[in-house]
Amino acid sequence: MPKLRMTGRGLWITFLIVPPLAFVALFIVYPIISAFAYAFFDWQGLKRLDFVGLENFHTVLFVEPYRSWTLNAFKNNIIVFFALMVLQNGLGFILAYALWRELPGARFHRIAVFLPVVLSTIIVAYLFKLFYHPLFGVVNISLRGLGLDGLAQPWLGQSGTALWSIIAAQAWHMVGFPTLVFLAGMQRIPGEILDAVRMETESEWVKITQIVWPLVAPSATIVFTLLFVGAFNWFELPYIMGGLDGSPFGSTDVLGLYFYRTAFGNVSAGQQDFGLGSALAVLIFLFIAAIATVITVRLRAREIQI
Amino acid sequence: MSTATTTAMAYQDRRGILGTLGRDGLLQIILIANTIIMLAPIVIMVFSAFKTTPQIFASPFGIPDFTQVGNFVKIWTQTNFLRYLLNSFVVTGASMVLILTLGTMAAYAIGRYAFTGSNFILMFFLAGLTLPLKLAIIPLFMLMRDLSILNNQLSLIFVYTAMGLPTTVFIMTGFIRTLPNELEDAARMDGASEARIMWSIMLPLVRPAMVIAGIQNVVPIWNDFFFPLVFIQNDDLKTLPQGLTTFMGEYTTDWGVLFSGLTLSAAPIILIYIVLSRQFIAGMTSGAVK
Repeated sequence: MPKLRMTGRGLWITFLIVPPLAFVALFIVYPIISAFAYAFFDWQGLKRLDFVGLENFHTVLFVEPYRSWTLNAFKNNIIVFFALMVLQNGLGFILAYALWRELPGARFHRIAVFLPVVLSTIIVAYLFKLFYHPLFGVVNISLRGLGLDGLAQPWLGQSGTALWSIIAAQAWHMVGFPTLVFLAGMQRIPGEILDAVRMETESEWVKITQIVWPLVAPSATIVFTLLFVGAFNWFELPYIMGGLDGSPFGSTDVLGLYFYRTAFGNVSAGQQDFGLGSALAVLIFLFIAAIATVITVRLRAREIQI
Repeated sequence: MSTATTTAMAYQDRRGILGTLGRDGLLQIILIANTIIMLAPIVIMVFSAFKTTPQIFASPFGIPDFTQVGNFVKIWTQTNFLRYLLNSFVVTGASMVLILTLGTMAAYAIGRYAFTGSNFILMFFLAGLTLPLKLAIIPLFMLMRDLSILNNQLSLIFVYTAMGLPTTVFIMTGFIRTLPNELEDAARMDGASEARIMWSIMLPLVRPAMVIAGIQNVVPIWNDFFFPLVFIQNDDLKTLPQGLTTFMGEYTTDWGVLFSGLTLSAAPIILIYIVLSRQFIAGMTSGAVK
């Protein structure tokens, strides 16, 4: 690489680097730093008032009704995360393993499994909202058609099933992503290793647990971390399918909705509060950063270099 | 094949062949079942787009008369749908031009020249890779207000550009570093300027990386809903996903129109995906595969 010598070249590099840096600084770094600062002030609408220290944090964590709202939303995010670990990443691993065998039609199956991933979440949300309709939705129509009238129910209308119905839509939407990341990981396993294993054992189970799973560890680290960040940022699907209040009765409320509602207000609560909203944003941010780091470090440790 | 040879082969490799057949059969069934689950909602959506609402209620799975395009005509003539579609094209297009131009500039500087602080600058870009920008929406809202671009598509274009730059710089820097020095050095000997070298010699070589970076960014930008929700109020400025919420709210009982609205919104990206599936898969998983 040529060394920087002339001022002319220095100017040229400056010209190349400054505009992109300015964009990232102004629209990513500055807002994120500001989000931390905002949380320590009292706000009235768009006007910043006094410095209040940690009071906003105290309110959202310990003062009712915020305390219950925060805990309820947090609990739902935990459910979403673990459910998707199984439905999205678990299923994704199985599908990747099946695709990896290169059976007839594998190319077509690969294109099909990734098709929902490219759709807008809003389209997926409305589509499944129509499918879950109590009277005319295809889910209940199918159940009735199969003689399972007892199972037909207002999926999004009752607390017991609403969150799970939205989770199912999310899994349909995104299962293709971990599938193809795992598949790429499996395709990088050298053929010699697989041949050696085939000599040693015929058990599929041993092959998967002892060889394939450890060797796709780098893929697992990434999809687990991305799923964690995604699950705690979850917004669009519950917003369209459950509404801004997490209906019914907060059963589909998650931190993303709760944060948005607190910051920008909604029809029923009305009042918007940038201070409390920022405090929530900072707490969610710190939580995501801390846990994502732990997940990454712990999982990296078990990765094997081939 | 005679019974004898079959028996002999089965004896020789009984567990192998039967095991393989049984296992592959099971895996094939899993794949077929999954593909049906993946495609059925999309097929039902497209079929329903060509039905009237009573037809949808009466036979949701039936194959429609594809010449019956009343729903689409209604969307074309009675809604703001085309406007939303056009807005999405404008916002996504402008953002992509900015992302690829600025991303290539930064990546070229970092990847091609040794200068003090280049590693620090790369780290600065990479920091933006993992931060969930949704959580900074309050300061972003205030910033857009101060810049007087709330309710203006520039707010979206700027945020998308900033969000797209980290991945683009990451992908392109890695690629640009692998390019050989010889061409560049030869051109420099001939007295070509740095700008000329970049434009006519290096840029044609980085096109594959631009495609990957482009696809990785174009899909989330085209599909984004959150930033328009906060920044844009004026119906004439709404992008497709956001306009869809207005549209779905207006036609709640006309399911034929609802399904054709969803079909029309999904059609552009589905068609492009079918043609370019390999590039889409590579592009969208490129952040996670390496």
